[in-house]
Formats: sequence, structure tokens, C-alpha cells
Amino acid sequence: MIEVEHLTKKYGNLVAVKNLSFKVEKGKIWGLLGPNAAGKTTTMRILTGYLAATEGKAFVAGFDVFEHPNKVKKIIGYLPENLPLYGDMTVYSYLNFVAEIKQIPGSKRKDAVEKAIEISGLETVRARIIKNISRGFKQRVGIAQTLIHEPQVLVLDEPTIGLDPAQIIEIRQLIKSLKGDHTILLSTHILAEVTQTCDGVVIINEGLLMASSSLEELTASFKEKDGIIVQVKKETKKAVSLLKEIPGVENVTEKDNEIKIEWSQKKDLRDDITKLIVAKNLGLIEMRPLLMHIEDLYLKVISG
Amino acid sequence: MNRTMKNIWAITKKELRIYFTTPIAYVVATIFLLLVGILFYLLIREFNSLSFNAARNPYYYQQLNINQMVYSSLFFWMSLFLLFLLSLLTMRLFSEEKKTGTDELLYTSPISINQIILGKYIASLILLTIILLLTGILSIFSFAYGNPELAPILSGYLGLFLMGAAFIAVGIFFSSLTENQIISAILTFGIYFLFLFLYIASLFTGGIAKDILNYISFFRHFNDMTRGILDTADIVYYLSFTFLSLFLTHSVIQSRRWR
Repeated sequence: MIEVEHLTKKYGNLVAVKNLSFKVEKGKIWGLLGPNAAGKTTTMRILTGYLAATEGKAFVAGFDVFEHPNKVKKIIGYLPENLPLYGDMTVYSYLNFVAEIKQIPGSKRKDAVEKAIEISGLETVRARIIKNISRGFKQRVGIAQTLIHEPQVLVLDEPTIGLDPAQIIEIRQLIKSLKGDHTILLSTHILAEVTQTCDGVVIINEGLLMASSSLEELTASFKEKDGIIVQVKKETKKAVSLLKEIPGVENVTEKDNEIKIEWSQKKDLRDDITKLIVAKNLGLIEMRPLLMHIEDLYLKVISG
Repeated sequence: MNRTMKNIWAITKKELRIYFTTPIAYVVATIFLLLVGILFYLLIREFNSLSFNAARNPYYYQQLNINQMVYSSLFFWMSLFLLFLLSLLTMRLFSEEKKTGTDELLYTSPISINQIILGKYIASLILLTIILLLTGILSIFSFAYGNPELAPILSGYLGLFLMGAAFIAVGIFFSSLTENQIISAILTFGIYFLFLFLYIASLFTGGIAKDILNYISFFRHFNDMTRGILDTADIVYYLSFTFLSLFLTHSVIQSRRWR
């Protein structure tokens, strides 16, 4: 649905995006992840036709964004990082204006605006002046604005920035509920956002593509070792020394009464470990798989 | 209405809505009407005392002409006030969009840059028309208590409108250059004073220099119209000024994508 091919954007001497390529499949939510100034906003601005690329191509729903900008603009909904709101207008009149410039015919405009208000939960503030409503509602107006012409593709630049935790959860729920009908590309520098909302991730740093794949694939490809974490009721020290004896175990460490056991990926030692703990009557309390945290992953990817 | 017209009208409506929900249009219109009202009063008072004095001398009495003695000056001063105040109406048109980030909405919507520029331009023209029509109320008194000629008044208003329309286009151009409304207004003032100085300079020069200055000057082209002389050269001058400014605005906005 979204395809970016060898995209490069230079601002004078500064290269914001370097030879970037990635794809987002239809109906999925993908995250564009990277530290600040990584080129996320530039990439999104190129996709939405706000900026022209220096080199490379970008396609949305099969249309080249440089050759058919108007076709692309009709099927894309874009939430810029700075909310594009007219503070002096009411929520309703603003959305009505957006419906007009998104070329929704007069007869359908009212329904389109009502639908966007309903989906985004703006019923209570529809007649309020935008500059007087809360940040969370403003964000919702921003999202409503992207939905009004029922676009196939949504491009959301930092959709949860500046919100309080409760609002962040609400907006994430809203975005998730839009999945399926819409293909969504959202940018963020918050890792949790990616794990909680996205199906896949494109990681960029200093304009360069660092990784691009589904979340599971990415985690798997960076995980060198398999492992579990166990907690026992008593004699943690003894457990550590016993666990080290198991053939195949490469590393056993203990921290805060949690024992981390790692082995190379070829075989599964979980069965052996349980049997040992039960046989020695150490009192097994907890056992969980050793997951690579997205934070570790991210730092690993960014540092190359 | 076809698609293009609808897009332009959508922008025009939005601009008018913002003009009338914020104080700016009211402030500009009020100050302008106040200044013009005071000026009109002073000019009429002067004309009246001249009339009283001239009443004793039939020859001079014949020479008195409200169009020449009141309206010429009135139009000249109105043009000075108007252009100055118009800079305040146009300064926000593109600067504010850029500053608040709403330009990202406009430029990523299926609506062309020309449609956006024209929509904004037409909104300002509507406002200009309203303000000029409101000053027309003053003329009701002249017609009620005197007998001015209508033609020079109408051509004077046409002159004001054309001049205002051209100057709005200049203001829009400067607004597209910067995201700072103050800078945009100051640049527009700069052009205003430049034209004013050219006009003043033209009064003190002669020969070919005078012709050139006269041709360039905004105010000179307006002068004939206040005396009821409609010259196509003057109209063409204002129209070409408008087109050039709007074209430059388009170029500025278009080039933004490539920076």
C-alpha cells in the first residue's frame, strides 16, 4: 500500500533521508521509529506530497506521489506533528472546512463530518472554539481531520506526543480501531508505542534505514540466544550452581532473586531445567521466557 | 459551480470566517471609517466656509466644485489610509498558516496552490469592498445637501478598489515569504512608503525622470481616476501589478516543496 524506493532528501548540504526503502502492506499498522531528527517527519512529508524528494520514488496505493500528487492526496489522511488546526474556528466548522477542501460533495459532507466526530469521540466539544479545548481533544480533532474523506492510508506523525498517559491510551485505542479499513504509518520515538500498536516497524537513524520488518521477525533476528527466567522459593544460590551443571547451558546469572538461564538456540532445555528444579525440591515459583526487550533491540539496531 | 470554483470558495469562506471571528477586520474597518469620517468633516467644513465667502462674488461662486475641492483630497487621503491598513489585513494570510502548521493541511489536500492563493485573495477583496461601501454612506450627505457629480466619485471608488486590489496582492506576496506576521507587515509597509516617496519625488522632478516615476508610482495612476478620468493604462497598470504579485506568490509557495 505504501512503497518507498531509494528515497533521498537533502536540505542544502544536510541530508535528512538517505536512500530509504520500505513497504507497508494493506490494512496494517507500521511504526516509523527513530530518535529525534532521524528523518521521520521528512519521510512523511514526502509521502503526503508536502515536500518533494531529491531522489527516489514513493508510491501510495500504486500511485507515484510525484507524478499523481492529487490522486494520492485524495486517498491519504495526514496528521502532521504540529496539529494543523485553526484555533479560531469551532470543531464542527473546522471539520466542515476540511471536508470541503478534501472534495467531499456537498450532499455527503454533513454525514462525513458527523461520522468523523463520532469515531474520534468529539461529540461533547463539537460546538467549541478549537483554541479553548484540551490538548487531548485537539489531538482527536487532528485525527478526525485525517479520517473525514475515508482515506485508504493514514500517515500519523507522532500521534500521541504531548498527551497525558490516559489520553495516550485512548488515542492508541482509537488508532488500533482504525486498523483494517486503513493502512497506517505512524511515527514515534516511543518504543512502547510500537510494541503496543504496530504490526511492523521501520527503524531509521540519521536518515538511514536500520531495519524494516514485522515485529516478531525483528525480535527473532536479533536474538542470538534462547533463555528463560526462573524464580525459586529457597536456596537461590544453590539453584544457580546446580543449573550450571545442565549440559548445553551457556550462562546462568542471578539478579534480585531471578535466575537468567541462557543457551544457544539449537535445542530446547526448558524441560531439563524444570525437571532438575522439581527433583531437587527447590520450589519453583515462576518461569518465563527470556524476551528481548524492544529497548534492547532498538539500541542494538541504532548502534548498528 | 465546478470543482475549481468550489475549492476557491471553500478557502474564501474560511478566510472570511477568520476575519470576522477575530477582531482584526473590525479594528481595521473601524479605524479606517473613523479617519475617513473626520477627514470628510474637515474637508466639508473648509468647503462650506469657502462657499460662504464666495457667495458675495458670483464669479468665484461659479468656480466652487465639491468634486474638486472635497472629493479629490478625500480620495487621496483615503488611498493613503487604505493601503496602510490593508497591510494589516494581508499580513496573516500565509504567514499564519506557516506558523501554526495549517499549511501542511492545505498543501496535502487535493487543492491547487493557485486555488489557495485566489481563495485568500478574493476573501480580502470582499473585505475591501465592504469597507469601501461603508464609506459610501458619507456621500449620501453630499448628495442630500449638495449636487456633486456622480461619475468622478464612482471612478474614484473604482480607482481605490483597483489600487487596494493590487496592494492586497503585494501584501499576500510578502506574507508568503515569512512565517512572521510582523515582518510580513513591515515588508508591505516598506513597499507602501517606497511608492509614496516615488510619488513625492515625481512632484519635484521634470522631463523623462518624471515620466518614469509617474509610471512606476502606485499613487500617480490613481490621481486621474479621482478626477473622473478613466485611462486603460492605469487600469492595466494595477491589473498587471496584481498578476505579477500573485504569480510571485505562487512561485514562492511552489519552491517551498523543493527546499
